[in-house]
Order: sequence, then C-alpha cells, then structure tokens
Amino acid sequence: MELSVLLLKLTEGMWISTKIFLLTLLFSLPLGLFVAFGRMARNPFVMNLVKLYISIMRGTPLVLQLMVVYYGPYFIFKLSTPDRFLAVIIGFVLNYAAYFAEIYRGGIESIERGQYEAAQVLGYNKAQTFVKIIFPQVVKRILPAVTNEVITLVKDTSLAFVISVSEMFTLAKAIASAQRSVLPYVVAGIFYYVFNFLVALAMEWGENRLAYFR
Amino acid sequence: MKYLEVRNLRKSFGDLVVLKDISLKVEEGQVVAIIGPSGSGKSTLLRCATMLETMDSGELIYLGEHAVRTGQDGRAVLAPPQQLKRIQNYYGLVFQNFNLFPHYSVLKNVTDALITVQKKSRPEALSIGRGLLQKMALADKEDAYPYQLSGGQQQRVSIARALALNPKVLFFDEPTSALDPELIGEILEVIKDLAAERMTMVIVTHEITFARDVADHVIFIDGGVIVEEGPPEEVIGNPQNERTRAFLRRFEG
Repeated sequence: MELSVLLLKLTEGMWISTKIFLLTLLFSLPLGLFVAFGRMARNPFVMNLVKLYISIMRGTPLVLQLMVVYYGPYFIFKLSTPDRFLAVIIGFVLNYAAYFAEIYRGGIESIERGQYEAAQVLGYNKAQTFVKIIFPQVVKRILPAVTNEVITLVKDTSLAFVISVSEMFTLAKAIASAQRSVLPYVVAGIFYYVFNFLVALAMEWGENRLAYFR
Repeated sequence: MKYLEVRNLRKSFGDLVVLKDISLKVEEGQVVAIIGPSGSGKSTLLRCATMLETMDSGELIYLGEHAVRTGQDGRAVLAPPQQLKRIQNYYGLVFQNFNLFPHYSVLKNVTDALITVQKKSRPEALSIGRGLLQKMALADKEDAYPYQLSGGQQQRVSIARALALNPKVLFFDEPTSALDPELIGEILEVIKDLAAERMTMVIVTHEITFARDVADHVIFIDGGVIVEEGPPEEVIGNPQNERTRAFLRRFEG
C-alpha cells in the first residue's frame, strides 16, 4: 500500500481520536471541578458518595469502564445499547473527571487560608472569592499535573477499540494485519507523538501565560 | 461616638478557653493597642472582632449596630446577612502576612474590592487607588506584582487596600511581625501618620515602644482576660499588675 493511501485511510481514525480527546476535555474539566466540590462537601453523605465514585474510577481499568457504559444498559437494564461513540465519550468523561477532581482538590486545598480571609474582610462573597481570587491561583498550581493527565488522555483514546470505535489505533491494527506490515503502527506512533508534542507546547504556553505572578 | 464595642466576649477552641469575658470600647479617632504574650488571646480577640472567628457568646457592636448579640440560649447570634454586609463595611484589617492577592497587580489589589464589592466605577476606583498608593509612597509600583516587592512595600499595599474601602475602624494584626527588622520602621511611620489623621485603629502588636508612642489606650491581655488597661503612660509607664510588669520587663533593654 502506498504511504499516501495509508495516511488517507488513517486520517479518519485520527479525526475520531482527536474528537474523543477534545470532547473528553471539554466535559471532564468542568465536571471534575464539580466533583471536587462534592469531594470537599461538608455533608458526609455527598462527600462519601463522591469519594466512592472517585475510588471506582481510579481503581478499575478504563477499558472495563468503557465496556460497562456500552454493554451495561443492555445487560443490566435490558435497554438498547447506546451509540458506540457516545459510550466512549461518557466513559472517558466519567473517568477523567475523577482524576481532574483530585487535581483540583489538591490545588484548592493548597491555597492559604489567608487568601479567603482577606477576601472575606474586603467584602467579597463566596462566589466572587472563588472565581476571582482562588481559582486563578489554583489553575497556575495545577497546570503541570493537568498536563500529565492530558498527555495520558491522548494515548488513552486508543482504548476506544474495546467497543469497536474505529479510532486511530483500531484502524492501524486492522490495516497492519490485512497488509502484513508494521508501517501502520509506525504511522500511529508518530501520530501520538506529534499530538502530544503539540499538547506539551500548548500547556507550556499556558504556564508561561501564568508566569507573571508567583 | 463609640465606633466599636465588645461586650462579654467568650471564645473557646474545643476545651481550650481562649477568651474569658472580654469587654472593650473604641471611640471615634482613638488608637487602641493590644499587647500581651504569645497565646494570650490577643489575635483571637481581633479575629472575633473582624468576624473571621465566630464568638461563643457576647456582643459585637459597630457604630451602634449589633453584628453579634447573645441569644436566649446564651449563644452568640449573628445579625441578618444584609445587616452583616453593611457592618462589614465599617472595618478593615491589615494582616501579619499581608495576604495580598498574588495574581493581581499592586493597583488591582487596592482597587478590585472597590469595583467588585462597592460597585464603584472603574475610573473612580482607580483614582482612589492611585491616591492611596501615592500616600504610601508606592506610586511607581502600581503595575508591579506582590512578589516583586519587599515585605515593607507589600504591607503598605495591604494598608492601602484596607483604606481604599474607607473603613471607620482599621485593625492591625501584628503588622510588623513578618518583616525584617530594618523594614519595621516604615510601617510604624505609616501607622503614626494615620493616627495623626485621627484614623480609628486597633493594633495588636509586640512593639511596646511603638504602642506607647502611638496609642491613646493600651490593653494588656494575658490568659484570655484583660489584666490591665488605660493610657500608655500608666499601663506601659507605670504598670500596677505584677503580670504586666513581668511581661514588660522582657522588653526593657
């Protein structure tokens, strides 16, 4: 197979991988913040429920979670199976929100109490205090940890193969066995590497943008 | 006019009683210094007065308005939120560790609450902020970030930030304790200038000489009670209580 034909065939997979990546970030970053609030809730019921959720998400393989999201509705509730792509996004978002939640929590808890006290005495309400004073400092502190997760996410998109979503790696594998060639794997490797190189660049840009304060 | 009144304040942390029945009054234009050994409860008193801690029982009154009163069950009851919000406007606090917002420039540190909380227009806030920075000799630092400043400069920004909201009473919680010795003087000068302008202030401090020079009224606290209080020439110059004497002896050089 010509390299150009191979690339063309893999392009569709790259696009699906990229979509999984972008949609997961789009939903899991905000969801993670709310999960973090739940994890820090004073209400012990809410706090323990969220703790259990995080523990399951972090304690079981993402592959298994994707299978549960896809096959669960049928085997548990006798409902029809969901759209494969939708199942992948739900699985990834639930999983990554749990990781992001713990990163947010670490960041939020690392902000000195004096920042809250200064805001309180100046008359900021709770929402203003969090949005204007606390969160910008949290973002700066958690960025390196978030970068780690985002880079892992790029590689994790290949796990969508378990429910036969034809992302990049699924296609590469199919072509490789049909053509008896390792070239598709080489292309796949380069794809993930370049993708993560760009991710690292973007995150570095973000860190530099926040370097104006300490 | 009485700007601040505390009546029968009690505060415990678990089993540890920190403040037992503290009462004090601060008149308009008065400068009150609170001195006492570490762990005497003087910082807790200030944190209760600024509502960073909730008192167990007692009353807290600013300009005749009750922020905290004692309920029927003997526990402290807070005023309704709307009223509390108004009362919070009556006072400002300067922290030992400045607690400036690190992600805001000096000018934004001073002006942001004016815009966000007091809903002043941006030009008005900027003009108030620049005026205060000028007064604090920081006019050339308005675009700097806190980490770029010395401790003394940071503390002056935090004083400007508190003054920007035009408080009736300004509290200082050991304002020089986090500073290098050579920077203490500049902060004490600023506070002296404010005293000369008849700013009402309550200052928790370890600087006994400064307390004697600047305060109209000195309160010596030990073991969670007011042991002795009065004009500085009496409490510091001629203390009657043995505990006060023992405490002050350590500052004589």
